[in-house]
Amino acid sequence: MPENTNQQEKNESLTRRRFLKSSGIALGGLAVGGALGSLIPFKEKTNVENVKSKKTENYNLALMYFTQEQFRMVEAATERIFPADDNGPGAKDLGVAYFIDHQLSGDWGFNSREYMQPPFFKGEKVQGYQGRIRRREIFDIGLRELQNHSLTKYKKNFIDLSEEEQDDVLTDFAEDKVNLTTISASGFFTMLRSSTLEGAYSDPLYSGNRNMEGWKMRNYPGSQMAYTDVIDKKFTVIPPVSLKDHLGH
Amino acid sequence: MAKKLPKVDVVIVGVGWAGGIIAAELTKQGLNCVGLERGKERKTEDYFMVHDELRYALRYELMQDLSKETITFRGNEKIRALPMRQYGSFLLGDGLGGSGVHWNGQTYRFLPYDFEIRSKTIERYGEKKIPKDMTIQDWGITYDELEPYFDKFEKMAGISGEENPLGGKRSNPYPTPPMKTTPSLEKFKKAATNLKLHPYNRPSANLSEAYTNPDGVSRAACQYCAYCERFGCEYGAKADPVVTVLPVAKKTGKFEIRTHSNVRRVLKTGNKATGVLYVDTTTGEEIEQPADIVVLTSYVFNNVRLLLQSGIGRPYDPKTGTGVIGKNYAYQVQKGSATGFFEKEEFNTYAGAGSLGMVIDDYNGDNFDHSKLNFIHGGSIAISQTGLRPIASNVVPKGTPSWGKEFKANSIKYANRTLSVGGQGSSMPFKHHYLDLDPTYKDEFGDPLVRITYDFEEQDRQLAKYLTERCVDIMKEMGADRIDSMNELGPYDITTYQSTHNTGGVIMGADPNTSAVNNYMQMWDAENVFVIGATAFAHNGGYNPTGTVGALSYRAAEGILSYKQKGGILA
Repeated sequence: MPENTNQQEKNESLTRRRFLKSSGIALGGLAVGGALGSLIPFKEKTNVENVKSKKTENYNLALMYFTQEQFRMVEAATERIFPADDNGPGAKDLGVAYFIDHQLSGDWGFNSREYMQPPFFKGEKVQGYQGRIRRREIFDIGLRELQNHSLTKYKKNFIDLSEEEQDDVLTDFAEDKVNLTTISASGFFTMLRSSTLEGAYSDPLYSGNRNMEGWKMRNYPGSQMAYTDVIDKKFTVIPPVSLKDHLGH
Repeated sequence: MAKKLPKVDVVIVGVGWAGGIIAAELTKQGLNCVGLERGKERKTEDYFMVHDELRYALRYELMQDLSKETITFRGNEKIRALPMRQYGSFLLGDGLGGSGVHWNGQTYRFLPYDFEIRSKTIERYGEKKIPKDMTIQDWGITYDELEPYFDKFEKMAGISGEENPLGGKRSNPYPTPPMKTTPSLEKFKKAATNLKLHPYNRPSANLSEAYTNPDGVSRAACQYCAYCERFGCEYGAKADPVVTVLPVAKKTGKFEIRTHSNVRRVLKTGNKATGVLYVDTTTGEEIEQPADIVVLTSYVFNNVRLLLQSGIGRPYDPKTGTGVIGKNYAYQVQKGSATGFFEKEEFNTYAGAGSLGMVIDDYNGDNFDHSKLNFIHGGSIAISQTGLRPIASNVVPKGTPSWGKEFKANSIKYANRTLSVGGQGSSMPFKHHYLDLDPTYKDEFGDPLVRITYDFEEQDRQLAKYLTERCVDIMKEMGADRIDSMNELGPYDITTYQSTHNTGGVIMGADPNTSAVNNYMQMWDAENVFVIGATAFAHNGGYNPTGTVGALSYRAAEGILSYKQKGGILA
């Protein structure tokens, strides 16, 4: 980690100069793409002091799809998949449930860029998903069944179960020990697991990975312009930046 | 009634690498070309926000919209083929530049053995070495004949690299020096050298330094930003058609690109094509584009589909092994690999470039003795530093649960502590592996989807096992504290990503009875139709295909120019 912000800024501008040199932009006559051209001035404007003084509300902490009950269940379930520990926050504090909620409200939730034409037949495992049900419906059914299974097995709502009991209920889903008629229990669990990781590690733009805490836990530098200075060096920790930083605010 | 446009010299269907090369080469010689691209325009400026793993890698921003069109798949003829409803095993490109935009940039030349695989296998091991039903055949061209075209492609793209000690002879060195050697690549190099193998830096289309190509196109150097495969390059450092060949074609004033133009049929009279019928997908209007020459340069599946739908060429019949369109579909054996866990060392694996890697070819092609092995060919083995991204890369030692406390702790602990050595295994064609039209499922226009009938064979299982063992040997020598590797290959599974290296279906050769195109990619059965791409591969080698596709495209361009002047079958 850098000693202080001034040093960090100096390093940044040095990197930028080196970047200009090594990328060949400083050489005359080179046609350089506009993505690059516009990245540089934006980065120049970035000022750590500015960001600190401008604390804005996060208006994204609201729901686009889930009911409150569903949201709380997703918070609890994803926290068991990716729990808070000594490394840092778990799914709940990373905003994973907001991430999943927001994703379900768009293309992904509607499977809108996937082939959903009939006829539907049960296929072999190697042929992939062949259901007619879309992700948002899978979540509706999956969460309802998760609640039912908790009530059947422990006579309590999922969110009122102890951590061990929640793990047990989730394991029954992961290992297909619950019999569901419309969806695959393990299929739902796999989707819950993969969207948990997506919420923990995607750009904070999508409402998860709050404050880039997911990236910080594993020393992932996020969206850097260039690694020319470290690519052939020993392991180097670089403080992360997100896509928002490219817009200079 | 379709609207009929004025005739042009050449209509190009699909504007990716092959289409872009054809457009540049033909327009430079004064031919009028129209390029029909079903997707949208693309430019470097589009990638301002490209470092977004969710959007590009997991939601497939640059890929074909499967709701409009996909393929169907079955392991064998007894099973009902079902649609690939979601992405998995391979990624279909879309839009200007095609898959040439989202590729990694690993740019190899297939081995001399590949082009004469049948003759050379029989010569060394006898005919019995080739299993019944394995339909390998020579390509109708030799490496030496194709060498000048490899050279041309590499110079155009500015490939960075060093000579492969076990590869075919080169007429020229690579146009730019190799990429940087990182600590993990160095580790691989040392281990491979200790094992008396022959490591070399992977040939890369991510430029190691600023480069101006023979067409006068200048591009900046790669920044090792780690967002190549599934992404477009925001620097233009990764060679793709949009930053190389397309500007050259456009500059001639002879090339018109029409995006959102989806070709449904090649039109014909007798055994010659007269043009194509396409749909303007923004208006739904059907348009006929007449042309003297029709060039199919879409991805493998649509090259095959267009021919079958248009009734051009003889469809392949797996029962008799006769016919050619759809024949010799092949893929790749990617699962032979070893992952090493390093307790005392972390690596900058978050950084990288699509083609940053170190490779050996000691177990590729026929570079090793197969007398006592139950397979032919082999694969390249490499360490790659393409950049590990945090959603997709959560490697934990075998035995770790896939979720919960222990999973989280291990996935974070090993986030920067694993290195992987992987084999890219070749794929041999079999009589019962092929492409045809699906009887049930349709695309957005009501046209049948392509159906893939394919599974791994004993050849593939043996090869994967062998490559795994070699990867483990190297990983041991690299000093990993723990090594995890594949147990067995299993059946071909369309749900997990392997590679976008689908090949065959319109294969090249010297004999019209067993091949669809000659060595200029000209159709035997329709002399003014040229079909270019990995469709021409009679089998798939142990490398990424693009370098060889590029060479075949330059070869085809020469053929088309010569056909335009003289006509007739060229070879």
